[in-house]
Amino acid sequence: MALLEITKVTKDFGGLEALHMVSLQINAGEIISLIGPNGAGKTTLFNCITGTMPPNTGSIKFQGIELVGLQPHEVAQQGITRTFQHIRLFNRMTVQDNVMVGNDYKGRTGIFSALFRPPRVAREETMSRQKCREVLSLFGERLLPRLAQNADMLSYANRRRLEIARALVSEPRLILLDEPTAGMNPYETQGIVELIRLIRERGHTVMVIEHKMKVVMTVSDRIIVLDHGEKIAEGTPDQIAANTDVIEAYMGGRQRAQAE
Amino acid sequence: MARTLRRILANLPYIAIIALIALIPLFVSNLYYIQVLIFIGIYIILALSLNLLNGYVGLLSIGHAAFYGIGAYASAKLVMEVGVPFPLAMLGSGMIAGVFGYLIAKPTLRLSGIYMTLATLGFNMIFFLVLQNWMSFTNGPLGIMDIPQPSIFGYMIESRIQYYYLIFFLVLLTIGSMHRLITCRFGRALVGIRENELAAEAMGVHTTRYKIQAFVLAAFYAGIAGSYYAHFVKYISPDSFYIYESFILLAMLAFGGQGNLIGPVVGAVILIIIPEVFRFLQEYRMLVYGSVLIVMMLVRRQGLLGGKNYSLRLPWFDDQQGAVYTRGDKFLPTE
Repeated sequence: MALLEITKVTKDFGGLEALHMVSLQINAGEIISLIGPNGAGKTTLFNCITGTMPPNTGSIKFQGIELVGLQPHEVAQQGITRTFQHIRLFNRMTVQDNVMVGNDYKGRTGIFSALFRPPRVAREETMSRQKCREVLSLFGERLLPRLAQNADMLSYANRRRLEIARALVSEPRLILLDEPTAGMNPYETQGIVELIRLIRERGHTVMVIEHKMKVVMTVSDRIIVLDHGEKIAEGTPDQIAANTDVIEAYMGGRQRAQAE
Repeated sequence: MARTLRRILANLPYIAIIALIALIPLFVSNLYYIQVLIFIGIYIILALSLNLLNGYVGLLSIGHAAFYGIGAYASAKLVMEVGVPFPLAMLGSGMIAGVFGYLIAKPTLRLSGIYMTLATLGFNMIFFLVLQNWMSFTNGPLGIMDIPQPSIFGYMIESRIQYYYLIFFLVLLTIGSMHRLITCRFGRALVGIRENELAAEAMGVHTTRYKIQAFVLAAFYAGIAGSYYAHFVKYISPDSFYIYESFILLAMLAFGGQGNLIGPVVGAVILIIIPEVFRFLQEYRMLVYGSVLIVMMLVRRQGLLGGKNYSLRLPWFDDQQGAVYTRGDKFLPTE
């Protein structure tokens, strides 16, 4: 059975159909790329999955559980986390705290246990802190030396990395990356490619929106192409590279006709 | 044993400061000064409780005096008419304020931004009007007189000095408990909501529940302050809980800075002292008050100590941060 099963999802914003009858399946352990021109509905699909913007019709099943109708925090608790296209970190919080928020839904400390501090609170904090350092160590020496720095002091690439770390720390089954290499130089981009592979090796399923074709072609097991809210193609990198619909969507039909 | 010793050593600066403040009544014999200090204490609790909402969660509440008033009236009524002993009445009035906080927060938190703010303002106005007009219960504008002195398990609080120690204890309790709330999962969730609500939600933070909890807690602390106020001044009337009072609290946060536990304390101390120091200017003294605030906004918009999360943990004794990393950065590729 597929890990994530999206069937006939439609989302319209008052007349503009951002997604139209999109169906797709994701199996556990895959790296899936979601590509398409600007405005194709890629981020909208992410928003539908995570509950930020519930779809109008259709169903999204994750491990057999219906996600449509769940609040975003409930979706996260099912084991789906995400990063954002426009970085959304907790700016005036330290790197360590940023990551720990990602892990916090697993904790049980409420107001009263915070006030009276039974021993399990300290245990929980220590565990969470260790987990945070372990995840940050995936990024080599990029983030670990900056544990006590505020997130807004980080460089652009490090902020992207911190977002990924924050999404990873709760060990989600599925992680959604929204343009993780945007604005990165080739060297940093290569680092993200290796990281995505590493994430898969750790047992997560990855779904990534990406514009850099080099990244898409090297990293993905399967590519799904959206255009104007519809799924126009799906297949391995080689199949997609040869697909005329996809080329048309990217290059535009008219230019191609002229070229011919 | 060694651990306890190290803990004492680590907190030595705090112990020194606390001891110093505790010893003030021994050196200051003028009861007027003590009274000013008591009011500073009340306002520290109020400013800190509002800080929980405005500073940590980033919800702008501008009707906080209502919860202060609920605490004061609840405490007076509980002691005078129900006959509840003072410590229980104080706790009870905090809880009653908390219940009102819940009732306000539950529906208004669906509103976003400025609408929620206006709802808190509206609540404060309604509360004031109810106090003014519900003659049979609140005695209207005449207020409630002759509120008895607090007696804690038979020990009567009578002199100013005794009142001073009571508020001192309450302030310590407030700061200590808030510090504990802020430095764990709960506090991180609140700051996360302030910094980026969407991201916090996506990370599994139940934002609505945390906001309501913060609202209830803020109302609870304000209720405690109100209870103390009622039993200290021994006379409460609606005027003490008008919107004006809410704005003084907001000014304290704006002046001292919010989002940490030190800013509101500094704000409360300075804004209570200023009108007292300039008392010789008579009615012009409020001009000083206003201009200090304006200058502050021009020079340092985030307030004296705002915009930063000062840890109450002292860095040079801290055993948690120490083991971070020392190997430095590899900025360039190594291969």
